Amino acid sequence: MSMQEFFHMGGYALYVWPSYGLTLIVLLANIIIPVMQRKQFFAKALKKKR
Amino acid sequence: MSLSRAFFAIIRRDLVLALRRRSEIANPLLFFILVITLFPLGIGAQPNLLQAIAPGIIWVSALLAAMLSLDSLFRSDFDDGSLEQILLSSHPASLLVLGKIIAHWLVTGLPLLLISPLLAIFLGMPTHSLGILLLTLLLGTPVLSLIGAIGVALTVGLRRGGMILSLLVLPLYVPVLIFASNAVEMAGSGLPVNAQVNILISILLMTLVLAPWPTAAALKMSIN
Amino acid sequence: MFLVPDPVVRFFHRMASPPHFYAFTERLMPWLVVIFLLLTAAGLYGGLYLAPADYQQGDSYRIIYIHVPSAWMSLFIYVVMAIAGAIGLVWRIKLAEIVAISSAPIGASFTFIALFTGSLWGKPMWGTWWVWDARLTSELILLFLYMGVIGLYGAIDDKRVASKAVAILALVGVVNIPIIHYSVEWWNTLHQGPTVTKMDKPSIHVSMLIPLLLMALSFNVYYLIALIQRVRIELLQRERSSQWVKNKVLEVKQ
Repeated sequence: MSMQEFFHMGGYALYVWPSYGLTLIVLLANIIIPVMQRKQFFAKALKKKR
Repeated sequence: MSLSRAFFAIIRRDLVLALRRRSEIANPLLFFILVITLFPLGIGAQPNLLQAIAPGIIWVSALLAAMLSLDSLFRSDFDDGSLEQILLSSHPASLLVLGKIIAHWLVTGLPLLLISPLLAIFLGMPTHSLGILLLTLLLGTPVLSLIGAIGVALTVGLRRGGMILSLLVLPLYVPVLIFASNAVEMAGSGLPVNAQVNILISILLMTLVLAPWPTAAALKMSIN
Repeated sequence: MFLVPDPVVRFFHRMASPPHFYAFTERLMPWLVVIFLLLTAAGLYGGLYLAPADYQQGDSYRIIYIHVPSAWMSLFIYVVMAIAGAIGLVWRIKLAEIVAISSAPIGASFTFIALFTGSLWGKPMWGTWWVWDARLTSELILLFLYMGVIGLYGAIDDKRVASKAVAILALVGVVNIPIIHYSVEWWNTLHQGPTVTKMDKPSIHVSMLIPLLLMALSFNVYYLIALIQRVRIELLQRERSSQWVKNKVLEVKQ
């Protein structure tokens, strides 16, 4: 199977890849949001200390 | 005071209070009638069409009317502090809360049931399914009050609980809607509806036993 | 707690204390990420590359490797949320309350993924983006239930009270979910149009099943990772005036 064939997904690329793409975005967002919040929390707490 | 006396005293008190504030009874009922009147205006008055969707319309409208009436269930008692006294009394809170829900159903659910034959005729429902419509409303609307009570109990302390209440309560109304409107629809085509009615009965019994517990727990949480 | 070995009991006792939980999960996190990446890589390689195309659905079926595990997770997380909420209600364990509310957005995300990918799968299969199929309809109602939980938590200012409210709601929801699911299924069999082809696969080939199970495992590990991240920020915010959080802040400074 060539690379091109793989990405073509037997003609269903338009359905398969957006599914995987959206899943990736949602799952990443669920990690990034709390991590960013934690960074903000520490930044704020340090500011208060000074 | 014995438990049964306290239970009936609460029902009687709430009924008397409701009769004094008649708009609380009238508003959901008028809403119910109005929504049902809007449907023929919105989708056209072809008798076949109306007849086909009548059970669904009546039941969806009943759901919305029941939800609209929920706010009055604990509101005034919460505001004037009598709810706290009810919950702090020596009797089990869940049973006293059940009394309040029954009184509330009598003033908001029962009128819907009584007016529904008229609306069924408006929508051209076959007369032989009227009995089943009444039966499903009799079994279904108490479930709406009982489940709705959990939702109001959770949101009664909030300033803007109205929007969130519909989000909490409507998804839980789905089974009642499905079985009740389907029973009416089937009865219209002369099919047996024993299964649906039996399921509605078991849903009613289940919520009657189970729903007062979380309601009382949520009220205790809300008054703090 | 009879029948449970003593070290296990002690482990859970320690875990219920926020500083211990925070420190333990900090050490655990790299391992979880590695396991997650390995499982996902294996699952995707098996599902997207090794497994053959379905003889009826062609390559479009490959959406199941995220659709089905997401649907499983959406239900599983709701149950976890209700159990954690119940533990928080009965034993007043703060950590359980936080686990319950922190699970809600993750569960809602999986529900959304299941709906979205179901719709994308349905387009080539059914010819429309949305069909009132029993499973999709149940997922939609489940999404509303999650939104109710998240909305209720957001609407109550006192977060200790909000956690209690969420626990009660989640318990009511978890009792209702089987009834809702059954009623929707029953409704669907009555109203099913003739054009609808079922997505059910009575038998699934091993080469398709193994990647599916790998993806399900990887999503479980992902849930653990995302949950820990959310629990940690929630713990920090709720306990911001306690000594261990102050120490943590100093640690970060260095």
